[in-house]
Amino acid sequence: MKNEINRRELLRLAGFGGLVFASAAFPGIAGCGSSTSSAKGAPAPGTTRGAAEDFFFLQLSDTHWGFADPTVNPEPTMELPAVIAEINAANVRPDFIVFTGDLTHTTDDVTVRRQRMTEFKALADGLQVPLVKFMPGEHDAAPDAGAAYKDFFGELHYSFDHKGIHFVVLDNVSSPTAMVGDDQIAWLKSDLAHLDADAPIVVLTHRPLWDLKPEWDWATADGAKVLDVLMPYRNVVVFFGHIHQELHHMTGHIAHHSTRSLMFALPTPETAGKKVQIPWDPAAPNAGLGYRRIEATVTAENYGIEELPAPMGDV
Amino acid sequence: MRRGAVTALLCLTSLAACGSESAARHTDGVDDPNATVISVVAQRWQYTPGEITLKKGVPIVFEITSADVHHGFNLPELGVRADAIPGQKTRLPFTPEKTGTFTFRCDYFCGDGHEDMQGVLTVE
Repeated sequence: MKNEINRRELLRLAGFGGLVFASAAFPGIAGCGSSTSSAKGAPAPGTTRGAAEDFFFLQLSDTHWGFADPTVNPEPTMELPAVIAEINAANVRPDFIVFTGDLTHTTDDVTVRRQRMTEFKALADGLQVPLVKFMPGEHDAAPDAGAAYKDFFGELHYSFDHKGIHFVVLDNVSSPTAMVGDDQIAWLKSDLAHLDADAPIVVLTHRPLWDLKPEWDWATADGAKVLDVLMPYRNVVVFFGHIHQELHHMTGHIAHHSTRSLMFALPTPETAGKKVQIPWDPAAPNAGLGYRRIEATVTAENYGIEELPAPMGDV
Repeated sequence: MRRGAVTALLCLTSLAACGSESAARHTDGVDDPNATVISVVAQRWQYTPGEITLKKGVPIVFEITSADVHHGFNLPELGVRADAIPGQKTRLPFTPEKTGTFTFRCDYFCGDGHEDMQGVLTVE
């Protein structure tokens, strides 16, 4: 793909493996020093820069709780609890964790849908971190326009500030046709209106905002309108899920980064003519599954991204 | 997955029925009553037919419906889409202008097998 960032090249440029400096960002914050301000106490990005402070958060995605196909994943109830145990056992905790959609696997049965959300929520409540953020995927929200999701996890789209960064959670899934919609786009414009053009902005969404592979449902129908709204802001980074693999892409100056699933892997468009779930390999269990650590190195003007493998189920 | 196949038999006869050469090149969106109709039925999680073959430059009309729930019929590479709605036939005039093999798929989330609901259009 034309604007795709070559991971190997990024690793080479970064100078060491495992950590990818994915985006130059936050020039307005650099050199302003750091503070000990908490998320709640952080001044709004773009208005006061004294809040800049390095931190990291985790992106977990596409957990598809309730998925059942033993040829693709014979231990579908193992990965998520194992990851939670791994996070809770770590010496250093993230500032927060964000689940970027498809928390549950879809079902037509409303009772089963709610049961899956109940089970997922109970697991997520076991995370010993200060803050957990959620957003829906189409599996969670498309069948009922997000009705059940909202009962368990709250609003479908929202924003929050954390240590000098403005985070925007966009819903491009509760519409069955993958539309963000004019109302939400108007909200986005309003939400960003108070920010300086160089304010650090992180957009969290489920589907890619550009036409990654529309034939595979890897697109947002009106994603171009969203990008038009974001384009005047010089320091925007998008983290998304949906495609069950790591991918890096640029639309103009906006960087997009997808992460892996914790349930099943999908092929790359370049290597497969058809989008089919990659079968489980007993010789390499959990291959292609994982989550992401994101270092918001605000004072150094970049993010670092580290892809983490899914732990074995017996953690 | 059960799939049928259809070949649109668009020959000189159907071109003649269009009345003129210019009519045969009409742009998408013009519903020519003389064009060959390709009926497509969407049903979880497949299309019937699942494989369609057309001739480049020869206009047809897709007539799309659903046998169960709301689906979509989307050919993103060719800029063609329509809703497939139960109890309703959606007419979608189309003239393929480039040859190749293209995927059409459901773009209206319809459940567990939604992501696998697709078919193949070949333009010769």
